Amino acid sequence: MRFQLIGVNHKSAPLDVRERLAIPESRLPDTCRDLTAHPGIEEGMVISTCNRVELVTHTVNGHADLRGFLHRQFQLKPEELDPHLYEFRETDAVRHIFRVASSLDSMVVGEAQILGQVKEAYATARAVGAVHGQLDQLFTRAFAVAKRVRTETEVGSSSVSIASVAVELAKKIFGTLEGKTVFVVGAGKMSELAARHLMAHGCSSIFVSNRTYDRAVGLAHKFNGQAIKFDDLYDSCDRADIVITSTGSPHAIFRREHGEQFLSRRKNRPMFFIDIAVPRDVSPEMAKLDGIFTYDIDDLQQAVSSHVADRRKEAERAEAIIASEVENFKNRFEARIHTLDVVPTIVSLQDHLETIRQAEIDRVRGRLGKLSPEQEVAVEALTRGIINKVMHTPITTLKTAAKEAEVTTIVDVVRRLFNLQASEKKTHSKTHSDDLSS
Amino acid sequence: MSLLWLRFALACYLIGLIYAFVALSRTSDLFSRIALHAASLGMVFHFVSLVELFLSGQVVWGSVHNGESLLAFLSMTFFMVIYAIYHTTSPGVAVFPVVFFLTFVAAVDQQPVLLTSFVSHKGWLVAHIILIFTGYAALVLSFGASLLYLVQERRLKSKKPANLISFLPALEVIDQIGYRSLLLGFPFMTLGLLTGTILAATTYGRVDFLDPVFLLSLLMWAVYMLMVFTRWNSGWRGRRAAVLATCAFIAAVVAWAANYFSTIHRFAAS
Repeated sequence: MRFQLIGVNHKSAPLDVRERLAIPESRLPDTCRDLTAHPGIEEGMVISTCNRVELVTHTVNGHADLRGFLHRQFQLKPEELDPHLYEFRETDAVRHIFRVASSLDSMVVGEAQILGQVKEAYATARAVGAVHGQLDQLFTRAFAVAKRVRTETEVGSSSVSIASVAVELAKKIFGTLEGKTVFVVGAGKMSELAARHLMAHGCSSIFVSNRTYDRAVGLAHKFNGQAIKFDDLYDSCDRADIVITSTGSPHAIFRREHGEQFLSRRKNRPMFFIDIAVPRDVSPEMAKLDGIFTYDIDDLQQAVSSHVADRRKEAERAEAIIASEVENFKNRFEARIHTLDVVPTIVSLQDHLETIRQAEIDRVRGRLGKLSPEQEVAVEALTRGIINKVMHTPITTLKTAAKEAEVTTIVDVVRRLFNLQASEKKTHSKTHSDDLSS
Repeated sequence: MSLLWLRFALACYLIGLIYAFVALSRTSDLFSRIALHAASLGMVFHFVSLVELFLSGQVVWGSVHNGESLLAFLSMTFFMVIYAIYHTTSPGVAVFPVVFFLTFVAAVDQQPVLLTSFVSHKGWLVAHIILIFTGYAALVLSFGASLLYLVQERRLKSKKPANLISFLPALEVIDQIGYRSLLLGFPFMTLGLLTGTILAATTYGRVDFLDPVFLLSLLMWAVYMLMVFTRWNSGWRGRRAAVLATCAFIAAVVAWAANYFSTIHRFAAS
């Protein structure tokens, strides 16, 4: 396996370095072509995302100068770039690709986006012919491994951000979020993010209320929603199924009596309060009401931490899957390569013996006289049978040897025993002279 | 032969029963699928058993055990309809034990309690049984849904992260299952009770208002109506709805058990 990989990611390099290495999508095909044109590289592919830039190659001898390529391509001095680079070769490169595709090397372990990005990079490189043989095999397997990790572990199943946990909770209460109404109280950044997530998951309308009315109007405008004066908060709040509240109020602005009013006006349809204010905007007494569900910042954070811990546990299981997949890939890859090594020898052997057979038949044909069609068939079958029996053991030995380390020695012995080089040369020169005479 | 098919169905429902107990403590998609397939197979056996009983001409409309078998089948039908709409097996937590119990009683004891004097009003009797059993089946499902609602509400209010991964569907989905069952079951129950009353009046020439079956059925219907009304008028959900559903269910169970003591349903056999 002559795989070689070099790159930077969110762990090895700060953002300013990653920015300088980032390759726009439009330039990816040319970069792939440049990479394969670089000395010592047979196939090459570039993965460029906001968290990583990696060159994945299959090289002629396993020692291509990938650093030199990066220095030239990005006009960077070695001292600027080299401290941030990591490099993997052979099995380590395979393991790294499997980990990247399975999202175990991502900033948020288990996030699903990376697999799509790797697939896009692969498609681009394949389209320009930069990937065709060994890298093709590697990435096809990497996608299968990523799928296996997704199916057999729960590494990507739980939400790991406050906003996504809020969406998950809302779905546990309302099922679908289609047609649900969101009320944002206090136009802060966090509220905006949570509201954006909820709207992206199907909520249909949004109200915004803020002590400074203009800010409410500004935020409502972003979501095509409606601004509500803060004084009208309690009269309008029951229209919402989900309330995101993050005011700077020193006291709870939603108390038990408000909850009772809301529920009465809503005919007890449930309400979900996402309270990200500190101190809290929703009183604990209100949360006790049937039909009112309140999650404060600590509750949400606790859910996030728990999910992160779950993902970590699942990531350990995923690493075990990857370790076994790397081993399988290595064995299969080497077996295939060795099989490819013995195939020419087997073909040469078959050609050699067939030439001898034909020559011997021609030599004795005169002495045998005119043969009937049945006799012709019998002679053909007899000679072929002998050749097949003679070839059986050497071919079986070669195929078995393909899986073992001493394959080269055995191939060499077989070639010497049957004088295959000489016969190949003879065949070659015969073909050559035929070409010239024709 | 009909009894044999019923016993096969019972064996399948047993898997559903085990699922109901397991699902209370932990989530398993695989077991949920197994239970669903077992329940479907059980329904096929059950259907064959009922059809065979009907075709053999030995069907005893007044038999409590035949009734229990029919009620179990109708409850399973409701469960499957809910599954087809909402793709959730969780109402099985409440439905499977009830279905298993009813099928068990019907499958192990085939000594029917005969209501031979109703033979002259067979059409009314069939209508009464089918209507009231459909009402019962809807009530079982509604009761199950209200219990599941409570469990899910408690899980969400506990705020424990582990509880967020739950086999239960969303709270509003459970609520819809319960409410729709309630709405569907109420007219059946009402018409069933009316036909029963007319049947009793025409058979005996009077209605015994003090008969335990009559009183308990009336009580069950009153609670049923209260549930529909409070839900429609004030949107009662959660704890209050669960209390009412439990009362209606207990009244239904006691009314059913009263079949064994009632002069209405036992009159002819005594």
